[in-house]
Amino acid sequence: MATILVIAPAYEGHVGRTSLELLGGARRIGEARGMEVVAALLGKGAGAAASQMWQYGVKRVYVADHPSILLGELEAFYLASLEACRAANPGVVLLLADSVGREVGPRLAHRLGGGIVTECIDVQAGQDGEVTFLRPVYGGKAIATYRLVNFPVVVTVKPHTMEVPAEMPVSGETIPLELSMDPEGLKTRVLEVVSEEVTGVKLEDAPVVVGGGRGIGGPEGFQLLGELARLLKGAVGASRPPADAGWVPPTWQIGQTGKTIRPDLYIAVGISGATQHIAGVSGAKVVVAINKDPEAPIFKVAHLGVVADYRKVIPPLIQKIKEIVGT
Amino acid sequence: MEIVVCLKQIVDPEIPASEFRLDPVTKRQIRGSHALVISTYDENALEVALQLKEKQGGKVTAVTIGEEQATEALRKALAMGADSAVLISDPPLLEADDLGKARVLARAIRKLTTPDLILCGCESADWVSRIVGPFLAEELGLPCVTFGTRIEPRDGKIVVRRIVEDGYHLVEAALPAVVTIASDETNTPRLPKVRDIMAAVKKPITLLRMADLGIEPGSLKEMEGRIVLQDVAIPVREARCEFIEGDTPEEQAERLVLRLKELKVI
Ligand SMILES: Cc1cc2nc3c(=O)[nH]c(=O)nc-3n(C[C@H](O)[C@H](O)[C@H](O)COP(=O)(O)OP(=O)(O)OC[C@H]3O[C@@H](n4cnc5c(N)ncnc54)[C@H](O)[C@@H]3O)c2cc1C
Ligand SMILES: Nc1ncnc2c1ncn2[C@@H]1O[C@H](COP(=O)(O)O)[C@@H](O)[C@H]1O
Repeated sequence: MATILVIAPAYEGHVGRTSLELLGGARRIGEARGMEVVAALLGKGAGAAASQMWQYGVKRVYVADHPSILLGELEAFYLASLEACRAANPGVVLLLADSVGREVGPRLAHRLGGGIVTECIDVQAGQDGEVTFLRPVYGGKAIATYRLVNFPVVVTVKPHTMEVPAEMPVSGETIPLELSMDPEGLKTRVLEVVSEEVTGVKLEDAPVVVGGGRGIGGPEGFQLLGELARLLKGAVGASRPPADAGWVPPTWQIGQTGKTIRPDLYIAVGISGATQHIAGVSGAKVVVAINKDPEAPIFKVAHLGVVADYRKVIPPLIQKIKEIVGT
Repeated sequence: MEIVVCLKQIVDPEIPASEFRLDPVTKRQIRGSHALVISTYDENALEVALQLKEKQGGKVTAVTIGEEQATEALRKALAMGADSAVLISDPPLLEADDLGKARVLARAIRKLTTPDLILCGCESADWVSRIVGPFLAEELGLPCVTFGTRIEPRDGKIVVRRIVEDGYHLVEAALPAVVTIASDETNTPRLPKVRDIMAAVKKPITLLRMADLGIEPGSLKEMEGRIVLQDVAIPVREARCEFIEGDTPEEQAERLVLRLKELKVI
């Protein structure tokens, strides 16, 4: 009997919250098709995370606890994923469309016969067992719907687009995966892991995000946005031009090629509102746009709009927040 | 270093949403009067290739699957500094899925050269699948690194700066390898000068048909056995913007803060 297989990294027993979101989509397909949801946790020390899967109703947890499966070692991750597929006989394989899944997902799909939907933002499963996957195309200007025809297929899911499902604890089992992997034989190898220092809250978890665009004009303007963000206990992000110009690190980029965020409040400053940018913020509850051009497309998607030069309006905004809300 | 860059010609991806039209039958974008361009990150990939060539010597070949008009994209690649270009064009190829495209590219690359490095964009700017690069690596049985922005040759291998969520990884790969390229400040595509554009006219463009590659049209759409594209639709956006007015920026700022407080988001 084919299964729905969720594959997640679990280095040192840590499973990211976004990986749990995959279980939401998996459960929907599983219920529509009457198929069991199973999980594969891959990484050195992954075994410790199995109980977390049981908590969400996943009884069978395959574990590849191997010293070569370290952060960023995607060749090892790929080989372990193949082994998980051999063991779990999946009809559908779900991975996050993050830096791991976007590399491993397509390679895995190729090996399994080519069925794949990438960058999925929603899974729909009908009473009749029909399963469809939605994803943005044409830079977010359109949404494509793909229908599942035959197993197996790989689906990569955009982080922060699905809900972590309700807990329903079961007593589960751990099934170790036997890997014959020669660390010396791996085709790629990580020489260095460079993580940026984050002061304050991480962009993808922040309840408030201040995003700056080309209109900010240079790295200095981002200092001002940083001040505003700190005051609101939020984080600063950017559109693509500031990242491409090196005003901010590439990891600050929000949008199609960058991060997907779901803050309560997103303040877009000097950003015109291209669909590729909006693709990353459509989950925000309230979007405020500050732009000097009243015709900017951002005002078609923002809830609140301020037509102004940001240099003139941000300083009093900081002042008023201090006065009215406090720090 | 022998470098192949796979590039795709697409309709300008930066047109406003209000000008975007879909053909209800083919489910593809209607071009209208919009410009055709090289897909965004494919130009970054070309830039990375050209910088490597400048440092190391070697040759850069641009390859595309497209219609006759894709010659223009190849001319631009030649003007930017590629040494030669290959157009793979045949009507059945218009229907090819990502697996079909990867197979065709793999065959063409094998037929024409023995590359050390094959570069793709990290995502095509129209379809944004992020599939063709890794598929191509699998077709050729080569190491694959995605979302690289910089490539350093080192001891007969390469070290790729791969962008990840919280920073980057330096990944070593044996050659030949397939790398997909994302943008950063070091790979902003160069603008060809008039002299380069003139010189490009004399550079060779090879045309390949499916028969040259020994590929049967039937093998171009195998993914449909698993997954079928059912529909493409333009989403409706219903947000109505409430403008915060005021005679001075101070007034606007104050009203905005009060409104945000009312909405309980600050
Ligand atoms: C394949 C692909 C992927 C992409 N991925 C992404 C992505 O992940 N993220 C992303 O953001 N973009 C992405 N883009 C780029 C996107 O299409 C736009 O080009 C980009 O978002 C524009 O950035 P911007 O709004 O900052 O700049 P612009 O479009 O140049 O807008 C600048 C705005 O600032 C305003 N302004 C100028 N000065 C001031 C001032 N003093 N005060 C107030 N306002 C001012 C102007 O009125 C203007 O509206 C992608 C594009 C492609 C083709
Ligand atoms: N028709 C094509 N011809 C040549 N290369 C292509 C073609 N389609 C896609 N590619 C390459 O594959 C990359 C990723 O495309 P995609 O999988 O559609 O996101 C592109 O950036 C190109 O480098």
